[in-house]
Amino acid sequence: MRPMKNNQSSHDTITDICAKYQNNPAALIEILHDIQENFGFIPENLHREIADRLNITRAEIHGVISFYEDFKTSKGAKTKLKICKGEACQALGANELIKQAKEQMSGLEEDICFEEVYCLGNCALAPAMMRGEKLYGRINRASLEREINKSKGPISS
Amino acid sequence: MSLTIYIPADSAAVSVGANDVAKEIANEAKKRNLQIEIKRNGSRGMFWLEPLVEITTDSARVGFGPVDVNDIETLFDVWQAKKTGHRLALGPVEEIPFLKKQQRITFKRVGIIEPLNLDDYQKHGGFEGLKKALTMESKTIIEQVLTSGLRGRGGAGFPAGIKWRTVAEQTAEQKYICCNADEGDSGTFADRMLMEGDPFCLLEGMIIAGISTKATKGLIYVRSEYPAAIKTLKSAIEILRANNWLGNNIAGSKHEFDIEIRRGAGSYVCGEESAMLESLEGKRGQVKVKPPIPAICGLFGAPTLVNNVLTLASVPMILSEGAKAYRDLGANKSHGTQAFQLGGNIKHGGLVELEFGISLGELINDFGGGTKTGKNFKCAQLGGPLGAYVNNSMFDAPMEYEALAEAGAMLGHGGIVVFDEDINMGQMARFAFEFCAIESCGKCTPCRIGSVRGVETIDKLLAGQNRQDNLKLIKDLCDILENGSLCAMGGLTPLPVRSAMKLFPKDFGL
Repeated sequence: MRPMKNNQSSHDTITDICAKYQNNPAALIEILHDIQENFGFIPENLHREIADRLNITRAEIHGVISFYEDFKTSKGAKTKLKICKGEACQALGANELIKQAKEQMSGLEEDICFEEVYCLGNCALAPAMMRGEKLYGRINRASLEREINKSKGPISS
Repeated sequence: MSLTIYIPADSAAVSVGANDVAKEIANEAKKRNLQIEIKRNGSRGMFWLEPLVEITTDSARVGFGPVDVNDIETLFDVWQAKKTGHRLALGPVEEIPFLKKQQRITFKRVGIIEPLNLDDYQKHGGFEGLKKALTMESKTIIEQVLTSGLRGRGGAGFPAGIKWRTVAEQTAEQKYICCNADEGDSGTFADRMLMEGDPFCLLEGMIIAGISTKATKGLIYVRSEYPAAIKTLKSAIEILRANNWLGNNIAGSKHEFDIEIRRGAGSYVCGEESAMLESLEGKRGQVKVKPPIPAICGLFGAPTLVNNVLTLASVPMILSEGAKAYRDLGANKSHGTQAFQLGGNIKHGGLVELEFGISLGELINDFGGGTKTGKNFKCAQLGGPLGAYVNNSMFDAPMEYEALAEAGAMLGHGGIVVFDEDINMGQMARFAFEFCAIESCGKCTPCRIGSVRGVETIDKLLAGQNRQDNLKLIKDLCDILENGSLCAMGGLTPLPVRSAMKLFPKDFGL
């Protein structure tokens, strides 16, 4: 997540991001990605601002946010952990790892946000997982446990 | 002694520690006061050997792998002594049978060059295709693509040249080239490898498509799960702009073309072309009714060429080597090479580029070395999550579009996911419905609701409730999904379900 510039209101941030894409409504998905990188999620109270900048309706913005898995409507935990549930990873025990992750993470919801995803494109090094933007291959019970432990607490690497 | 060391920056290699290895190699060299040059190449596609470190000797690039940070000291001992014997030594990389037996054409530079080094690219044949295209009439370029027999590598296998010709024939102020890089099928990673390992090749293919169809704008829709590919492509575009290969008057010609990257946002359906175009317009990625086809009325209503990454990346070679050279490869109506991707429970997982026609058994056993766990092979899924499961009775089947279709399977994007005897196919059939339920865009009722009902009904079947009735219901549901859905999401979900039930009835309690 990029830190917000000092003295800049969230509305100014929206203005800047939309301007970067010439207020082009076709770039809405790129714009939403940038907003999410800034705020960690897409705050609902900014929908009107985005709508005004792009000259589209708030309903359209809501429609797009709710359609795409990537876009989050609340802050969520700092560490995002995704385990791949594609067939290639299931062929090497991803389901057991997902079960393990869920057990190990119960009670850690504030630290780690966990998602099952469908294919990280690392199918020859299955099972795969992603922490933030970092991809992992050949994960096993021990390495998964280690990564989850790393994410515990307020400061995560 | 100065040593050139190659360590892949490919995200799969990095996922098993290539960056740590690179860092440790730099540290160790410093400690030993050695002059080294580290080059970060793409991956050779032999993923069981990653991180695969290569050093240059007088005669060849010699490989070591899979390298762990703890191996680096002993590796340096060997390298400094100018020897090559080591526990991880693999010999000359190009002599490794997995690689030697391949016909690398589209992937000829991947793993060899530094992906963003323009000189390296050109030294290895880069821009030869585009340079030739710039001397040709647009009609002649399209004729070459038609003659080559190139078919869409995204899965459908539609003749690329016909699409190109259709776009070229349209009169419009603005036309678009849209590259579909939303490689969402489980078991596929070839697009990612190419985008990370040889991005200029894809861009070159797009420029050629642009000048031959008179489209001046290109967009690449890359899935957000591929952050490294996005970053590499963005840098590659900047480099081409700075070197006059993109923009106005490309390479001094009268042609104009520019490319932008657009990120996806975690929707599988956006790999379907009409959904992808909606997404590129900033909308929900919902599938649209065809016709009109995108080649006539696509992005923003303009004529749009939609091609997969590997389709476009095959074009530079077709032009530089000639359409005939490409057409001569392959089998029957499947011309050229296919990037087969071996994944899942397989000993030697990776990328195998070969002309169409090789048998499935050769790919899984000779290249793949059988299952990773060493247990008996049970089945493989061909062509992604919407592809059929096949057992070893298909081992002799030639891998080409028509032969597989005849056998009730499909080649798709070339992914082959292997499973051993421990897999329960009842659960995998359930997963096919579950995946459809989660990823359905919601447009068609059979796909949106039928998939949910499919999960429920399979659960009942697997629990042994009213077996015959529930079996009939599942068969019914499959028919409705197949016939009542606009796109492949609902239309092909029955393929894995039916094939699993047919081949492994015991796993369903039947």
